[in-house]
Parts: sequence; C-alpha cells; structure tokens
Amino acid sequence: MQFQGYRRPDGRVGIRNHVVVMPGCLCSTIAAQKIAQAVEGVTYLENPNGCAQDSRDTAMTLEIISGLIANGNVYGVLIVGNGCETIQEDRYRAEIGAKTCKPVEYISIQGEGGLGKTVARGVKIITAMKAQADLCKREPCDLSELTLGLECGGSDPTSGLSSNVVLGWVSDYLVDAGGTAILAETPEAIGAEKILRARGATPEVGQKIYDMVIRCEKSHLDAGEDVRNSNPSPGNKAGGITTLEEKSIGCIHKSGSRPFMAAYEYGQLVDKKGLVFMDGTAFDVASTVSLIAGGAQVVIFTTGRGNPVGAPTAPVIKVTGNRETYEWLTDILDMDTSTSISGEKSVEQLGQEMLDLLIAVCNGQQVKAEINGCNEMCIDQHSGYC
Amino acid sequence: MENAIIITPDDDVATVIAPIGIGQTVTFSVDGQTRSVVARQEIPTYHKIAIRAVKQGESVKKYSEHIGYATVDIEVGDHVHTQNLSSDKKEG
Repeated sequence: MQFQGYRRPDGRVGIRNHVVVMPGCLCSTIAAQKIAQAVEGVTYLENPNGCAQDSRDTAMTLEIISGLIANGNVYGVLIVGNGCETIQEDRYRAEIGAKTCKPVEYISIQGEGGLGKTVARGVKIITAMKAQADLCKREPCDLSELTLGLECGGSDPTSGLSSNVVLGWVSDYLVDAGGTAILAETPEAIGAEKILRARGATPEVGQKIYDMVIRCEKSHLDAGEDVRNSNPSPGNKAGGITTLEEKSIGCIHKSGSRPFMAAYEYGQLVDKKGLVFMDGTAFDVASTVSLIAGGAQVVIFTTGRGNPVGAPTAPVIKVTGNRETYEWLTDILDMDTSTSISGEKSVEQLGQEMLDLLIAVCNGQQVKAEINGCNEMCIDQHSGYC
Repeated sequence: MENAIIITPDDDVATVIAPIGIGQTVTFSVDGQTRSVVARQEIPTYHKIAIRAVKQGESVKKYSEHIGYATVDIEVGDHVHTQNLSSDKKEG
C-alpha cells in the first residue's frame, strides 16, 4: 500500500508541505505572527519558550522544536528571534542541523532594527521560501515510510471498548507493513507497566519502558500525587472500570499487540521501525506535539467526550467510539467507530475504514482540526520558568 | 440482538452495552459465533459480566490481559466489579 508524500532532502517523507514561521522566543511572537499573516499558505508555529528556562528545560524545548522542524511535513523554517533570549541563532541552527539539512533562516527584532523592519524582511524571506516549497510535488511513498502517533484524550467507556481497539488494529497493520507507530502518555500506563515490559522486543527494551513508567509514577508521588491509589477514579468506577490495570490496558490497547522495538525520551527523534514507546505527559497537546517531534507525520487521536485540538504541522485525526458524541460534535470529529459496539460492523471492517481515512489524509485530505485552524502548541517542562 | 461485547476470545468477561436485569440473557459474539449467558445480578451499561467461572484468587482476563484477581468465587453471569475483583491478590 502506498500514499502520496513529499520527499525531503534529508530522506524523510512528509504528507504536508508546511513553510513555517516561528518566534525564537515568546517575546518575538508578534513579529512572527505578522509575517505569517502577511503571506498566504504559511504556517505559524507558536513557541511558548526560548528563554528563562534551566538547562534541562531548554534542552527539552530544543528537542521538541528541532524535531518539529525536522519532521517530513515541514519544507523549511524562518525563526524570528528577539535577540537577547537564551536560545540564540547558533543553538537553533546546531540543534535543527543535527536532525535535518532543510532550509533554516533566522532574523531578530534587535538585529533588524524594530518590528516594522523585521516583519518586512521576514515577509521577503518567507515569500521566497514559499515559492521554492510550492515546487515540491507529491510522489508515491511506501507505507513503511509513515510514522503514526497514537493519542487519546477525553476518554469515556467507549474508548477502551471501541476506538482504541480499532486504532490498535490500524497500528498492527501499519507495523506489519513496515511502518512505525508511537505510543506515549506514560502516566496512563501506570498499572500496565508489567504488560509493557513483557511486550518489549528484547528484555532491555521492555525494562526501559518499565523503568520509564516507574520513574513517572515516582515523580508524581514526589509532587504529592498518588496515581496508583487514586485511579480508577470514582467516575471511572461508575462507568464500569474496576482496576487500574483495566483502565491502563484500555488506554495502551490503541498500540495493538506488536512488540515494542525501542523506547525514547520525550520528543526524541524516532529512528527505529515498528511499534515504539515514547516517554511523556498525559496532557494531550504536549503529548501530541512530542509525537510529531519524534517524527509522526500524522496522529490518530481517540476521544470519548470529544476534543477539537490539532497541531501546527501535522493532521490530527479525531475518532470516537461514542455515537452520541460524534453526532453532537460532528464539526470537530473525523470518524465514528461506535458500530463496533452495536455489532453492525466488526473491528476489522472499521480498522480498514480507519486505514482508508488515514491514507486519504496522508494524500492531502484535510481533517477537521486542519479545517478548523487548530494549531495548539505546548512543550512539557520539569521546573517551570526561572 | 447482541447486548454485550468481548474484546478478545481469551477474555473471562464481556462488557454489556445496555442495562441488564437479573435473569436477562446477555448475548455476544466470539469469533463470529453467538454466545449467551444469563445475568445473575443487575449490570449497568459498560460494566462487566463473567462469561467464565473464576475461582477466588485466580486472574481475571480482559483484552487477553490480567486486569485483577477474583476476591471471591465468580460464577458465570455475575456482575464483575469492585465487590469481586481487585488489583491485590487478597481475600475479599
């Protein structure tokens, strides 16, 4: 099976052709926004950081931003800095350059002589970059060149019964076809750490995932949150979930049944094929961003209650197993798998339909989050701002 | 009309998709074959019903995975929830 993608000079494949304008730090946001608004078809990527973080959080910010730019969905980037921020031009160039050879341009407000001059110069640069990007043509790419991010949020009892089961089928299909799927959201795996360990392709990989889950649980305990003994919540129990194991398995079931080939830190570039695990937060936006930074060109996001969020540089396909939610929130959801619960369709049939939708989206079909202009951006951090 | 689903054929429990009364037949499909059990208790929507008997202290499976231990003997048709299933292998 193939899809129509963009081949990048670094060898990666994209399913979108984003020309990105991004502030180098939050302070230069207005300049980057004005440049992006002035040129049609240019993508604005918010940068909530860039300054006033400790070295560990600065590294995490750079890991995410360089990963987002290296993602095959991006043609090139113009970074618009203020000038005096922690992450300077050379840091951005070094981190992005370590992952990709695609076009990177940099200007700053302090360097250009004010907002007006910065915007004028930025518009010129990005107009030229966009003209080059528009020359890129889609060409046939193999499914093995696709990386799928697995995400869930606003779950309800239908998530574990339907949408995550169907997504698990698609994840297995993609992995069997030589592609890559990334499972994340470590806090939601607490209780299922032994199952994840047993699914490691090697004992080392299994142990690494297990250790990540235990590390996550400990960091929550240090912050005063006892995840293991406060879950399932009273609401979960009223909805039919009895144990933490059951809740966690319902969540990780969206990764299907294949072995985990590797485990990565938050936002780290994924360099293995097959199913992999990525450490990270359960906060949907910060997690979705990390999957794309890791290389996912597309994310499938299951939800029971409904959720509009998207991502600046990748389509996020929204799937629910709750028919009422789908009918109530039709302008933010892309697919309804509730017929696997009613018995009208099998998981296999719905998996095939989800796969067809995935390929159509890879070929350029816009998802609801793209139509709605959703471009949420958030990066997890350890310490807060200095 | 099916009123429950199982995730995988290995599972000890099915999930009902409508409220079930005592004595009501619960029907679901396993590998294309229709199977039925009779509910021994009331079971709310999206709660679990035992489709296999599980002895006290034994593992209960859903998604083909261990989701907890039976804290008492569980009979086919029982509502499986906090009163008979726990993460801890202790007597209920």
